[in-house]
This record gives sequence, C-alpha cells and structure tokens, in this order.
Amino acid sequence: MPPSNWNVLDFEKPIAELDNQIAEIKRLTQEQGQDRSADIAALECDRDRVIEEVFSNLVPWDRVLLARHPKRPYTLDYARVIFDDYVELHGDRLFADDHAMVGGVATLDERQVMFVGQQKGRDLKDRQYRSFGMAKPEGYRKALRMMKLAEKFKRPVICFVDTPAADCSVDGEGRGISEAIARNMMEMSALETPIVAVVVGEGGSGGAIGIAVADRVLMLENSIYSVIPPESCSAILWRDPSRFKEMAAALRITSSDALALGVVDEVIEEPLGGAHRNVEAAARAVKSAILRHLGELEKLSPRKLLDARYKKFRAMGVFEDLSKKRKAEVVEQ
Amino acid sequence: MTPAPWFRSRGRAARRTARQGVDALPDGLWTKCPGCGEILFNKELVKNLRVCNKCSHHYRLSAQERIQITADEGTFTEIETGLVTVNPLDFPDYESKITRDRARTGLEDGMVVGTAEIAGRPVALGVTDWFMGGSMGSVYGEKVSRLIELAVKKKMPVVIFTMSGGARMQEGILSLMQMAKTAAAVAQLGKAGLPYIVVLTDPTTAGVHASFASLGDFIFAEPGALVGFAGARVAAQAGLISRPADFQTSEFQLEHGMIDRVVSRREMKSTLTKVLDFCSTTVIPSPELVEGSKEAADAA
Repeated sequence: MPPSNWNVLDFEKPIAELDNQIAEIKRLTQEQGQDRSADIAALECDRDRVIEEVFSNLVPWDRVLLARHPKRPYTLDYARVIFDDYVELHGDRLFADDHAMVGGVATLDERQVMFVGQQKGRDLKDRQYRSFGMAKPEGYRKALRMMKLAEKFKRPVICFVDTPAADCSVDGEGRGISEAIARNMMEMSALETPIVAVVVGEGGSGGAIGIAVADRVLMLENSIYSVIPPESCSAILWRDPSRFKEMAAALRITSSDALALGVVDEVIEEPLGGAHRNVEAAARAVKSAILRHLGELEKLSPRKLLDARYKKFRAMGVFEDLSKKRKAEVVEQ
Repeated sequence: MTPAPWFRSRGRAARRTARQGVDALPDGLWTKCPGCGEILFNKELVKNLRVCNKCSHHYRLSAQERIQITADEGTFTEIETGLVTVNPLDFPDYESKITRDRARTGLEDGMVVGTAEIAGRPVALGVTDWFMGGSMGSVYGEKVSRLIELAVKKKMPVVIFTMSGGARMQEGILSLMQMAKTAAAVAQLGKAGLPYIVVLTDPTTAGVHASFASLGDFIFAEPGALVGFAGARVAAQAGLISRPADFQTSEFQLEHGMIDRVVSRREMKSTLTKVLDFCSTTVIPSPELVEGSKEAADAA
C-alpha cells in the first residue's frame, strides 16, 4: 500500500494511519540502517487486527463505497493476472468501439477463452475515456459479437461485471440501449458455450445483467449487485436523496444478500481489507473460482448446459402461488 | 439549480391533471383532455376507445379496458391467477402499497395474462394495468414467462401490451433478474418459430423496455407514448439534465429505427390481425392436429 491518505474511505482511516506508520519506520530503517523489524511486525499485527475489526462491522453502504473504491481493481487489472496471451478485440462492426466495454481472446492456463467486461478509468482522463464504465449500445453489441465468436469456436466466455449503470445519454437511447441489453440477455440465454460471469465491483442494474446471463454468476465479497443505485432509489421512492444509507440496506445489494436470494452462485472472499489491498491475491482467488466452475460446466452436454441455464434464471424471483391452495379449498367445499 | 416556487407548483398542478387522466375517469360527465385541454364528454370518450377526438391523446387504459378493445368479445380466458407478491426483501411499506393497489385495481398484479382471440385468431395475450407503476417484480416476470411457455407448448403467437415504469425497486435484485428471465423465455419462443408481437403503450421504460418489450418480432407503439431506457429522474441522478423535447416518445423510437410502426388505437386490432396472418404460415398447427396426423401416419 502506498503511504498516502488520498483515496482513503472514512472507515479505512485508522488502517491508513497504521499503514503510514509502518511505511515511515520502513523508510527510517532504510535510511539509518537500524533493524526495527520487531516494531514493524507488531504494527502490522495491530493493523490486521484493526482491519478485521473494521470489516466485521461494515454496514451495506460501506460495501457500496468499497465496490466504488477509487483504488479497487478494475476488469483489466484482474485480466492481467488471470489471463495470458490476451489479444484485445475492438468494435461492434455496426457503429463504434466502446471503451467502456473491453474484451478479447485470451488463455486461461491451458484453455482458450473469450473474455468480456466493463472497464472503468483510474484518473480523470481515463475515466472519461472509459465513460465511467457505463457502456453504450455499441458496447453491448461488441460484447455480444465476441460471445458469438466464442460460440462459433466452442470457447467458454468469461464476463467481468463492473458498471454503475448502462449509458443513459440521448445518443445511446437513439441507438437502442434497451434493445442492446435485451438482445444480449436473450442471446446469452441460448449461447451454446459455457459462460461464467464475475461481479467484481458494481453490478449496476440493466448495465450489469446485460453481460451476466451466465451459467455461473460469481461475486466478489465487497462488490454490489443492485436493480438501482441506492441514491437514485431513495430520491425516487422516498423523494429524499439523503436517505441513501438506509436505502442501501433496504435494497439488499451486498454479496451475501445476492447469495441468500439465489441470484449468485458463489461469493469469492477478498483479501483482508478488500481487493484493493492485494490485487494479486484477489485476482488469484477469482481465477481459481472461474477454473473450478468452468471445469464443472465443461462436463455438461450443450443441451444440458442450456437447459440448466434457462432453469437457473427461470427459477429466480419470490412469490406465492395461491392457485393450488384455492383449488384445494374448492375440493373441500 | 432549483426551480422557482411558482414553477414547481405549476408542475405539481400539471402532474395532478395528468394523473386524473391516468386513473379512472372522475365522477361526472366531462373530462378535460390533458393533451389539448378540450372538455370531453365521458360517454363519447369511451366510445372513442378513450382517445381524444380533437388531439388524439391516448388515455392510459386499465387491463380490463385493453382486453375489451383488443380481444374478441368473450374470448379472453385469464390464466395464472393466484400468483401473489410476497415481500422478499422485507422492504419498508411494500405490503401496504400492494394492498392499496390491489384494492384500487381489483387485480393481484399489474400483468394480466390469458388466451384470447383477435379477429378469430387465437393468441396468448398479456396486458398491463397501472399497478405499482406497472413495475415488474417477481409475479410480473413469472406471469410473462408462463404466458410465453404456454404459447410454446400450445404453438400460439404471443401478443403483449406493455405499460411499465420499469423494474420494481421494492424487490431489488430479484426484479432485475426478471429481465433475464423474460428475455430467456422470448428466446424459447424464437426457437419454436412462433411470432411475438409487442405493443408499447404509455409509458414503457427502464427494466421492461430493456427486456422482453424490446425483443418483439414486431414492435408497435401507441402515439405519444413515453418509451425509453432511463427515466428523467434516474438520468438526472446520473447528471444528465438536457434532453430534447420529443425524447423517448414512440415517434422518437420510430425515427431511430427501434420500432416498426406507431399505430393508433383505432387501427391496432386490424394491424395486429394483418401481422398475425403474415406469421400464420410459420405457426405449426395446434397440438390436436399434430397428434391426429401422427395417429393417421401410424395407422398407415
């Protein structure tokens, strides 16, 4: 961790303070040549204890902040560790190349895979270049084009989801953002090749599900998956944007919520203090989870794979069916 | 920048007027058209399919009214009744809102599905009511999926009239999953080679527009309907304020190639009939016929 107070969340401040102390001692060690490894070890131990304490008391809104953390690894940060021989592909062959949606062919150990995902930018210029990870219609069409290529050459698809929402600009509307997302979901539900999606940061609404109709949907521990950002929902439903923290809890958007509601198949544990504190370790955890699920999926015949995928999404939703109860009542009468 | 107080109160008044148009007709004989301000005689308005005869403003219809003007008389049989909402997230005030809208509409959810005939042609028909803003929660998504699955089983075309503000926020992520669920169901319909016709009515936005409503083989829209992805309030939250005047209307979507036609209510039934006839050669005969011919083949 760089000893910097920039980009530190409020609840991370005590951790950052200890980080700074450790860095300072390390610097002095180098300059003065004294061995203070015992002090460092003690401080590191302290710091880890503080992290554990802080992270065991996180409220849902804190998870939102972590999912949007400016230091959080983005799609390409994971790709760099997970894949080898990555060849990025561009364009939807219809209109443009969307920089908010990246992807290409890559190798995952000995497998050839197609990889697709939303990409956010790190600094101001980069963020604008990536449209803040908000993909336009051409982004979704680019993603679909690549998935169709994967289907043609019988390679699995790995999707990384990290978007606040799909683009909602006037231009995007004119080129059919709704149609692009809807078509992706429809085509993905019938794509004859295994698909694994990983929500690595923000799973923002239609923008997320537009590349997440997968055989297995995995989610990093501190990522979120929501139908609407809590701020917007609070503004619309309660006509009070200031109650976003409460709304973050009410919407049940954390990874453990998504798992409990049957929306994701597995939550991937993050390194202590969040993925941004150890990108390598986080990416390795993601990689091993992907490999495990791909191994299982590759055993299925294409037909079984598609049946299972359809059933998976078909079963989502919670409601009560009174018709059987009513029939029983009629019989009794 | 906040609007001046007088401006806001005028906005409220306008919303009130609009809402009067949305809900059932106010008691009395006359209605003021929210489109042109014309005073309309209620009986005349109903006879005119609830379209203003001066400016052709299309009033929103209840599910019942939509069935009445779309299906042949007495042919609609509702299916999948008895699916009711629970509160899966324990979302505050959700149950009370459901109870309120149930009392107001007499329906269990916004989506009403069944089988019907349109000019003698059998269809699987879905219509929507202004229930919880027409929002799509688990029940809504389930009904759309079951309607489509029934059509696949019975080899019927599907016609759905959409009216929705989007995914139901109170069911959170489960509502988002209904988008995937309904889109996957439409894929099954495509695999079976069956026609799927969507009619977008005011308003069709967000989660519904970005799922099964945009996947029709044929997509029609009523004139002047609000049709689009992100609602004004969501877009404003995302920092997008300036939007052109005709933005997200049926006509905008037509101009941008996203729908086949803007069809007035008066011409809807005949348009649907023509399109159904165009598709009928691709429709495989009903199951009785298939079984019958199989037996005949076996006997031979």
